[in-house]
Amino acid sequence: MNTVWALSGVVIKELYRRKDFYVLLVLTGLITLAAGSANFFNDAKIVVYLKDLCLLLIWISALVIAVGTAARQIPAEREQRTIFPLLAKPVTRWQVILGKFLGCWLACGLALVVFYAFFVVVTGSREHHWPLLNYFQALWLQWIMLGVVIALVLFGSIIFSAPSANATICIVVVVGILLIGRHLNKVALQQPEPLQTLIYVVYFLIPHLEWYDVRDLIVYDHALISWWHCGLATLYGAVYVLLFLFVAWLAFRRKRLSV
Amino acid sequence: MSVILKTEKLRVEYPNRESRQGRKVALSGLDLEVNAGEVFGFLGPNGAGKTTTMNVLLGFLPPTSGTASLFGIDVRQPIARQRIGYLPENTYYYKFLTAEELLRFYARIFGLTSAEADRRIAELIQLVELGHAAKRAIKTYSKGMQQRVGLAQALINNPDLLIFDEPTSGLDPLGRMKVREIIQRLKNEGKTVFFSSHELGEVETVCDRVAIINQGELKVRGSVADLVERHQANLEKVFLDIIGYQPQPVS
Ligand SMILES: Nc1ncnc2c1ncn2[C@@H]1O[C@H](COP(=O)(O)OP(=O)(O)OP(=O)(O)O)[C@@H](O)[C@H]1O
Ligand SMILES: [Mg+2]
Repeated sequence: MNTVWALSGVVIKELYRRKDFYVLLVLTGLITLAAGSANFFNDAKIVVYLKDLCLLLIWISALVIAVGTAARQIPAEREQRTIFPLLAKPVTRWQVILGKFLGCWLACGLALVVFYAFFVVVTGSREHHWPLLNYFQALWLQWIMLGVVIALVLFGSIIFSAPSANATICIVVVVGILLIGRHLNKVALQQPEPLQTLIYVVYFLIPHLEWYDVRDLIVYDHALISWWHCGLATLYGAVYVLLFLFVAWLAFRRKRLSV
Repeated sequence: MSVILKTEKLRVEYPNRESRQGRKVALSGLDLEVNAGEVFGFLGPNGAGKTTTMNVLLGFLPPTSGTASLFGIDVRQPIARQRIGYLPENTYYYKFLTAEELLRFYARIFGLTSAEADRRIAELIQLVELGHAAKRAIKTYSKGMQQRVGLAQALINNPDLLIFDEPTSGLDPLGRMKVREIIQRLKNEGKTVFFSSHELGEVETVCDRVAIINQGELKVRGSVADLVERHQANLEKVFLDIIGYQPQPVS
């Protein structure tokens, strides 16, 4: 486990030494503040609009960070040949996968905390009320979702040779699931037979990432989700994470290291 | 005398990307034995299969047939690598880390306590003379400085067996002499060193025994003194003879 932590430490160091995280944070901040300053009418709706926009930016930024970071981990190790001195130590390939996952996931968690802290300050200063538990639930569920995305991207980074192709494919899949995942069963009903079953199968196999999108919870101040459901969602996410990591390991185990 | 590194009938084929049927045979039936406490030079022209052999020894590459073991443990088991140090051929290390952070990372993998790691890292940074740059990101290093980082990371766990792939490549004459001294010192501490090199003069001074391979086949192996005596020439001449080099008359 020590090895896994050490590996994840390297991933986290890399992320905060790169510029893209700060760029996304500053961009999100600037756009939100700019939109906020356009509030001439002091309309109650404008706050809702502002929160919606800021959360959307946070979602996009977090996805970009998660996919970008995870997609380059293992290809970079192979291309820079750092994988050789690493695997020459008593490190198994499973530990490499796990360490990379943990590093990306923790790094995304840190990024989320920073983004949400900004969000809380901006909205709290306008609304003068602080539903911290709602924020926590939204952050937590988003973080679990990112875990599934990272595991998927890590798997992709082993089977596709080009990191950019992998990142693009994964983004399309993830955004596709987020947008139409919940409607697939309805779509299926309208299709003729062989297609109908096929879409149903897809509907039951894909990880339903859209369930983790609870932005409305904080945009419209809905009542808290039951903790029992949060726990179930966490478990559901964990199953997919383990599944993707496992297949990633299966593929990586037999992989030639030199590129 | 105990055998620390051993390969038996080692054969490695690479799939050939251009022509589908022909497979590139990188090693064919290589038998090697390295004994505890000796410095062993692994020689051969470019493309002879030295790096391939090391890749098998480190478990990076499964052999097509034959076996390889370190300390009597099959190289496919990660535990075989607990007591070795490896310096790869032209590697780049994590560019965004400093040398000190890189060494700390590897120290953690070996389970060194932080006090042990501190001591070891200070020693190694001094040994490879990177004190002035230890707190700078590796991406700012020159090639020779990277090679020194590589040398330091190979020694982090105080290993009993060292596998170096061209340890002096990219180093200046002073750096090369340092590496020779380090190898000598490791030998005096009772460690085993297995390294490849194209610097035959250097091999002649530090090695107890050498093996020369060509096109994936073992050509000779024996003690440096024996070879030199048998051929009545220095190691460079012996090497050229063995790989079948015919001097061309200069017109
Ligand atoms: N990944 C690979 N795919 C296909 N062929 C390879 C691969 N790696 C090495 N080879 C071939 O295997 C043979 C041995 O290569 P190897 O790298 O082991 O040589 P070497 O002795 O280390 O040479 P050098 O002194 O140049 O480092 C060469 O003919 C090389 O072309
Ligand atoms: Mg080589």
